Amino acid sequence: MNSASILTAEAPNAAASAGLAPEPKVVARNVDVHYGEKHALKAVSVDIPARAVTAFIGPSGCGKSTFLRCINRMNDTISTCRVTGEITIDGQDIYDPRLDVVLLRARVGMVFQKPNPFPKTIYENVAYGPRLHGLASGKAELDEIVERSLRRASLWEEAKDRLGESGTGLSGGQQQRLCIARAIAVSPEVILMDEPCSALDPIATAKIEELIDELRTNFTIVIVTHSMQQAARVSQRTAFFHLGTLVEEGATDQIFTNPRDRRTQDYITGRFG
Amino acid sequence: MTDAVLTFAQTGPRKVDFFSEEAMARVQKRYRAEARFKAYGLGAVVLAGIFVVILLADIVSKGLPAFFEHRIALTVTLDAAKIDPEGKRDIEVLRAADYQRLIYDGLREEFPGVSDRRDRRKLEGLVSTGSGNDLRTLVLRNPSIIGQKTTLPVLLSDDADLYLKGIGTRVERAVGKGTLDIKQQGKTVELVGSAGAFAAPLADVKARLKRLASATEFELQGLSAAQATANAALEARREDLTARVKDFRQRSGDPASAETLDPATMPSELVEIAGGLVRLTEIAPGRAAGVVLLPLAADATRSDSWHRTTYTTPESNRRITDIEIAWLESLRGRKLTEKGFAWRFFTNGDSREPELAGIRGALIGSALTLAVTLLFCLPIGVGAAVYLEEFAPKNRLTDILEVNINNLAAVPSIVFGLLGLAMFLNFFGLPRSAPLVGGLVLALLVLPTIIIASRAALKAVPPSIKEAALGVGASHQQAIFHHVLPLAMPGIMTGTIIGMAHALGETAPLLMIGMVAFIVDIPQAISDPATVLPVQIYLWSDLPEVAFQAKTAAAIMVLLAFLFVMNGAAILLRRRFEQRW
Ligand SMILES: Nc1ncnc2c1ncn2[C@@H]1O[C@H](COP(=O)(O)OP(=O)(O)OP(=O)(O)O)[C@@H](O)[C@H]1O
Ligand SMILES: [Mg+2]
Repeated sequence: MNSASILTAEAPNAAASAGLAPEPKVVARNVDVHYGEKHALKAVSVDIPARAVTAFIGPSGCGKSTFLRCINRMNDTISTCRVTGEITIDGQDIYDPRLDVVLLRARVGMVFQKPNPFPKTIYENVAYGPRLHGLASGKAELDEIVERSLRRASLWEEAKDRLGESGTGLSGGQQQRLCIARAIAVSPEVILMDEPCSALDPIATAKIEELIDELRTNFTIVIVTHSMQQAARVSQRTAFFHLGTLVEEGATDQIFTNPRDRRTQDYITGRFG
Repeated sequence: MTDAVLTFAQTGPRKVDFFSEEAMARVQKRYRAEARFKAYGLGAVVLAGIFVVILLADIVSKGLPAFFEHRIALTVTLDAAKIDPEGKRDIEVLRAADYQRLIYDGLREEFPGVSDRRDRRKLEGLVSTGSGNDLRTLVLRNPSIIGQKTTLPVLLSDDADLYLKGIGTRVERAVGKGTLDIKQQGKTVELVGSAGAFAAPLADVKARLKRLASATEFELQGLSAAQATANAALEARREDLTARVKDFRQRSGDPASAETLDPATMPSELVEIAGGLVRLTEIAPGRAAGVVLLPLAADATRSDSWHRTTYTTPESNRRITDIEIAWLESLRGRKLTEKGFAWRFFTNGDSREPELAGIRGALIGSALTLAVTLLFCLPIGVGAAVYLEEFAPKNRLTDILEVNINNLAAVPSIVFGLLGLAMFLNFFGLPRSAPLVGGLVLALLVLPTIIIASRAALKAVPPSIKEAALGVGASHQQAIFHHVLPLAMPGIMTGTIIGMAHALGETAPLLMIGMVAFIVDIPQAISDPATVLPVQIYLWSDLPEVAFQAKTAAAIMVLLAFLFVMNGAAILLRRRFEQRW
């Protein structure tokens, strides 16, 4: 509780760290997902607060990625996948048939488990999104967006002299930060991260965590992680999934120190998973 | 799970003695099996290698001579009265003049002794009938040389060319012994020397008679007596052969008897003497008689410097006659013949004259056909692949489609030819023999290849790239066209090049749509009648002239060179762009 009060003093979103669930950005109600016959998510309802980091934890195959991918409708690319229920962002239904997924994904960016930069230059990697959405009116503006994005992804110092080199030539951690830069270049409101550090070493992981902590001042971040410590370190709220259901959701401190559900307790103490 | 654990617990680890007899024997057996398999593999590779080497060596050795041609440096008088009688230098008049005649005249000046009409014909036959064209080109380019004498390289006919390349007959030459008296009598000559002057040629003739006797006897034995008596014609042949064996035996048995030389069975024996050449018709140990091929010095009556020359192949068994050889050797002796690279092979279209025939027409035909093929099958193939791989709903229909595309790749090419004939020629009424139709037919042929290769290339692009693009808000189509397709492009190009190489070597379907015609003109457009390289090879391989066999092999070399280059490019592309992520 002590650390929470310090956070309160520093962060503007004091309420989030205080354990309440204020001004929800993303609201899910009774979301069910089927992959063909398989019922992968069952009646998931959750509120994801704005300008905070929400962590999804749970054993492998419990549906964390599935739910994450519902938020930017990445599941649309899987032909067998069927999503029911309601998910809104700022009150707008993202499964409204009139909605174009391209606009949605410009608002909800995504960082994947394995760094997947385009096999193009570092500059092109970051500039691709803004160019696609017409965010820059000229070369100078585009340069500025690229620099700003790389700076916010703490990659600028390392990459500024090699913007013309291929993004695939970077180290794993750098590649993942490049992917984060690419995601924030289109100025999304929500950034989804699916195990962003699972392919990285501890130092690179620490860098990314630091970065996530900084990004939270401007973005709503949802992160899937298998590391309890990571969830505890970077998130303000934590949701625990088990066998396709959302078992428990609450302030990270509360989940880790005083879980209400037996299964949550077993999981965070390492009894299964 | 528990069962396994229990079993292990009971039996404990298995003990293996590395050097026990049983273990050694098992290991040895495995080694032998491995060695045997390696030997099989190596054998297969070596066998394949030997076949390839033999094939290539055969083609190269046959085809290489076709890249060279022989010419003679002939001095031609460009008589203004014959070329341009009115002296107006009208280009049409200049074009119409009979340049071939001028070349023939020049040739006759080289051999003034040739007066007989048949011999003149033969002499003129030494040079190519296309040589007048070369002279015409020369004069039209520079009309100011009319009225002068000019020396130009004149292309030889195929038979003369082949002779100079050493194909035709072997020529043996030996110094003659002793002094010969020369008795000239018009075209015939009698040579009289010491007793043994003609012993060597006579002995060769007798030896050949002996061989002929055995060969004829062998043939005679082949005709079974029983069979022959039943058939009158065979019986006559039997009698004839029997008589000949007897004759040969008798003549070869007496080393001193005089012989007449039969051009059908005997090598040509010649004597070079007094600046001329005599073909012997009759040989006795001390004297010989013959006809003059190249005139002797008119006043020569005696000479102690002479040579015996033999053309080992009997005259009737070769395309080139004794007198033609004599002329060619005379020209060669005067250093008027020259061997040069046959550019003509690459700049001429097809021709009935082997020495004039080239592959330009076929090459352009192939290029135009492949251009049409590429134009049609690349966009359609890639479009189909992208649709099937990325957009098509996965259902029964697309499954059937996929299976059938794979089946299509295995359809014999002649079927595509028939399809092209029925559809493009008969239904759409497109022109026959045209690269347009050929290209369309080949496009059908390589379409499955390109679709399959493109789909494989698209599949090989990691899905994470597409997800990344979708993640920053690219539409499905944008993700494919901005990221997936460019990354698949090297693979698609490789498939396309291999498909094109396949199309380049294809013959059968083109035969069906009439691209097999004899076409002299170089095609200028995709609707002109044309032929393609492999069909040209097919056409030439069927022709009786020996020189066309070399042309066939040479054209195969060119085709192979193109195929190697294309396949090399495909490999290079694949190496270059392999795995960029
Ligand atoms: N494309 C798919 N088709 C069919 N079933 C799928 C597909 N993707 C996921 N599933 C199933 O849905 C369930 C949830 O998968 P999901 O990937 O969301 O798990 P997760 O919680 O992210 O696991 P992990 O921690 O291992 O990444 C799993 O049982 C999985 O087998
Ligand atoms: Mg997952």
